[in-house]
Amino acid sequence: MSSITLPLTKRAPKRPVRRTAFLRKVLVPVLLVVLWEVAARMGMIDVRFVPAPSKVLVSWYYWIFGVEKTLGDPYVGTWAMHALQSAYRVLLGFAIASVVGIVLGIMIGYFRLFGDLFDPLLQILRPIPITAWVPFAVIFFGIQTPSAVFLIALGAFFPIVVNTTAGVNRVPRSLIRAAQMLGTPSLRILPRVILPAALPSIFTGLRIGFGMAWVLVVVSEMLAVKGGLGYVLWDSYYYMRMDIIIAAMISIGLLGFASDWLTLMISNYVVRWNEGK
Amino acid sequence: MDAQVTEANAIVADHVTKIYQDIEHGEEVVALRDFSLTVRPNEFLAILGPSGCGKSTFLNIVAGFEPPTGGQVKVNGARVAGPGADRGVVFQDFALFPWLTVEQNIEFGLRNRGMPAGERKALCENMIRLVHLDGCARRYPRELSGGMKQRVAIARVLANDSRILLMDEPFGALDALTRYAMQKQLLEIWAKHQKMVLFITHSIDEALYLADRVVILSARPGRILEILEIPDPRPRDLTSPSCNEMRAIALRLLEEEVNAAARQPAH
Repeated sequence: MSSITLPLTKRAPKRPVRRTAFLRKVLVPVLLVVLWEVAARMGMIDVRFVPAPSKVLVSWYYWIFGVEKTLGDPYVGTWAMHALQSAYRVLLGFAIASVVGIVLGIMIGYFRLFGDLFDPLLQILRPIPITAWVPFAVIFFGIQTPSAVFLIALGAFFPIVVNTTAGVNRVPRSLIRAAQMLGTPSLRILPRVILPAALPSIFTGLRIGFGMAWVLVVVSEMLAVKGGLGYVLWDSYYYMRMDIIIAAMISIGLLGFASDWLTLMISNYVVRWNEGK
Repeated sequence: MDAQVTEANAIVADHVTKIYQDIEHGEEVVALRDFSLTVRPNEFLAILGPSGCGKSTFLNIVAGFEPPTGGQVKVNGARVAGPGADRGVVFQDFALFPWLTVEQNIEFGLRNRGMPAGERKALCENMIRLVHLDGCARRYPRELSGGMKQRVAIARVLANDSRILLMDEPFGALDALTRYAMQKQLLEIWAKHQKMVLFITHSIDEALYLADRVVILSARPGRILEILEIPDPRPRDLTSPSCNEMRAIALRLLEEEVNAAARQPAH
């Protein structure tokens, strides 16, 4: 093929890199942590309730890398196990929600009859907070992983199905007509036009759903499962281990951030053709 | 003459009526009423009319996108029952598949018909050269200008070997210079490839520059006011006496329609 590359149109020229940009972005968080540390050391805050950041860091370190079970500290060295448990639940629940949400969303958006039958039901169920399902989850699945996976899948499912349906509904009529006049059999319109055209919307749903999954893993581990970062967070509260609570909060935040970033990268690659990008 | 034409590669519209239900206002909108027209084999026919006169509706019916409320359209003697690859459509908003590259857009119809990859590639390269998009095969539509996008859309229907091109104000979204360049290119392609073109426009000069015949429609519901035969050979000089005369006729007819429409309540 031809290899001539002309300058691409419609691409904003890169702005000159500002060396101070990074500094400005980290300034406020760093300042807050420093203030917090100083306040804790000077006795301005009660470290029994809000331990100093340095103390959190040390506890976090032992929580992750500690080998010996120190008397009185049941958490030493257990971080990886709990993080893996949470991640496993998140990924399993999110995977179930993605498959069911995308398939159902496409059917609701594309097949009028299917939409008329199932969309009202979804709209009624959607505003119910996922936490309200906890009793049923525990009754049916016990205080175990399936219970958490059910809650996570349910919570991630709604944004995915809603965004998928919206994406299918927003496919421009002219694209469907273009495919038809090029001789596309009607059965192929769905995979070759509707699905790719709805992809940007589907990815929006997946990102929101993934975020929901991390929220719900914490909720379900606090209420309905033993084990996982959310469980540790709640359990350590009984022992007033505020250092572990903060370490757990940051751990969950970082894992959520990482999974969102990963989804965004995949999305940017898959829908690199998108006009708005 | 019309009976003879029916057998061949022609479009015959027979008493076509199209009525839309305007749900918001609870009334019926008659877009076309008893509309009859024959497009001859290999003819370049332009339909000229004020906006909302039903000219795009007619094109959509011929394309098979919308069924007529009454009457029928026959293409090559067969009644139009839906869209088909024999009638390639060029849309005003280009309607390229944004997730496909230029070359994949052009191949879209060919893949559906199961043409082998090698053959497809060769044809596709030819088409890219024909519409002067050399070096753009791997680009996505978002990286192209409006004129380039429309050239891809034209290449897409040419690659598919559609005998009939239905063009719905294809150059309406382009700037004047690009538009002129595209008109010239379209005429070259039309002359070389023996296509029938049904071209919708609201530009008198565009119709006079391109078409063998120009059909002038009234305001809604669209009726044929006049059919102008343009005698000038191509490439045309729009300042020639015959073009000036045609332009005067078209202007007078359309002005009356626009004035009449202005006195009616708007929808």
